[in-house]
Amino acid sequence: MDPTKKTLQPYVTGSSVLAIKYNEGIIVAADTLGSYGSLARFTDLQRMSKVTNHTLIGGSGDISDLQQIQKTVESLILENTGFKKDEEPLTPKEIQQYISRVMYNRRSRFDPLWNHIIVAGYQNNESFLGAVDIFGTFYEDNTIASGFGAYFAQPLLRKGYKEDLTKDEAIDLIKTCLKVLFYRDARTINKFQIAEVSEGGITISDPFELETHWEIADWQEGHL
Amino acid sequence: METVELYNSQEQIVLDDLSEPVKTGTTIMAVQYKGGIVIGADSRTTSGALIVNRVTDKLTPVADKIFSLRSGSAADTQEIAAIVRYYLNILSTEQGKPPTVKMAANLFRQFCYVYKNYLLASIICAGYDETDGPSIYSIPLGGAIIKQPYAIGGSGSTYLYGYCDANFKEDMTKEECVSFVTNAVGLAIARDGSSGGIIRYAIIDSDGVERHTIYGDQVKNYFK
Repeated sequence: MDPTKKTLQPYVTGSSVLAIKYNEGIIVAADTLGSYGSLARFTDLQRMSKVTNHTLIGGSGDISDLQQIQKTVESLILENTGFKKDEEPLTPKEIQQYISRVMYNRRSRFDPLWNHIIVAGYQNNESFLGAVDIFGTFYEDNTIASGFGAYFAQPLLRKGYKEDLTKDEAIDLIKTCLKVLFYRDARTINKFQIAEVSEGGITISDPFELETHWEIADWQEGHL
Repeated sequence: METVELYNSQEQIVLDDLSEPVKTGTTIMAVQYKGGIVIGADSRTTSGALIVNRVTDKLTPVADKIFSLRSGSAADTQEIAAIVRYYLNILSTEQGKPPTVKMAANLFRQFCYVYKNYLLASIICAGYDETDGPSIYSIPLGGAIIKQPYAIGGSGSTYLYGYCDANFKEDMTKEECVSFVTNAVGLAIARDGSSGGIIRYAIIDSDGVERHTIYGDQVKNYFK
């Protein structure tokens, strides 16, 4: 095996991506930080992107690999455009499966794309929410969380999920999870984006800040 | 020291063996003015990327008017500070007067030097005594002791060398020192993933110690 073709470590990385289905679509969220080890190097990154009018992908892990995946998926869409009339060239599931193949092939060569990708789409009145990990493992669920989110946010998302969740309830739940992650993940900043994937299409919000509470600081005196 | 780490499928450390210390990856700072000292620190204790305590108090008193600012292993520095406090207490009882900062700093040095192969401790010892007035001593890894007009330490301090070199001047007023410290710690918190939370600072002079906190939402957000 060629050692120059073996990926050993990620460099610029993004932290968690969260997603939850609600009654009329999917909410996906991430912060806007690209860390370089512990350095908060790039503070205005968009880690979620629209690939078709009805599908969004978001990723945590290495940013260069994420950008490469975005390019690859964009190419795939272009290559498949024009064959179907009045329809998206590819369904969200097809996009997820393609990404999974790519990831699996890379892992089999010991040169993975160092990412955890979330695929969210809304087509024909149906939500699709799935993920693909660094090895190519793919799965679908009502709630998805990558990175630290898998430990801190997923239990909260699962507890709060219900069949008829409204958009506002979903957004509140996601914001609570984002806040917990900002409190407890050392590779985040207080600057987030939320994306809405629904019948009307995909909207990615402008970056926003969340209100944080530090009153408990008054009860911490010294360390003994 | 050999470390063993168990990774999960997302390449995150889920189980460290005990030889990997819980660190106060940190930003700490002490600045002298005529008649006193301003000391400041962030409030984040991390274990890898997990924030174990987001409201830590890193300003540890070892005598009435002498503080130690701790960075490195949380356990090592807590223990050393407790031992130094014990000895300082005995010494000042024997001498019949409050201990000097020089004494405290040299006790820290003694420990950090003799046990250098076992410890991960980098400490700033700062305070006020009647003999020498305000004094600041840095005791970095290895156990050297260096007296300085101002000192910065911890992982976040790497981002402050330029700022401090450009903005420090001798004979600042108390208020200028407070601004200098709080701005600097705030800047480090913005960029260092291992620093964050609130800014705790204290002003020490012949009248005693005044402690203050700048809460998380009031810490200046250097990128919007």
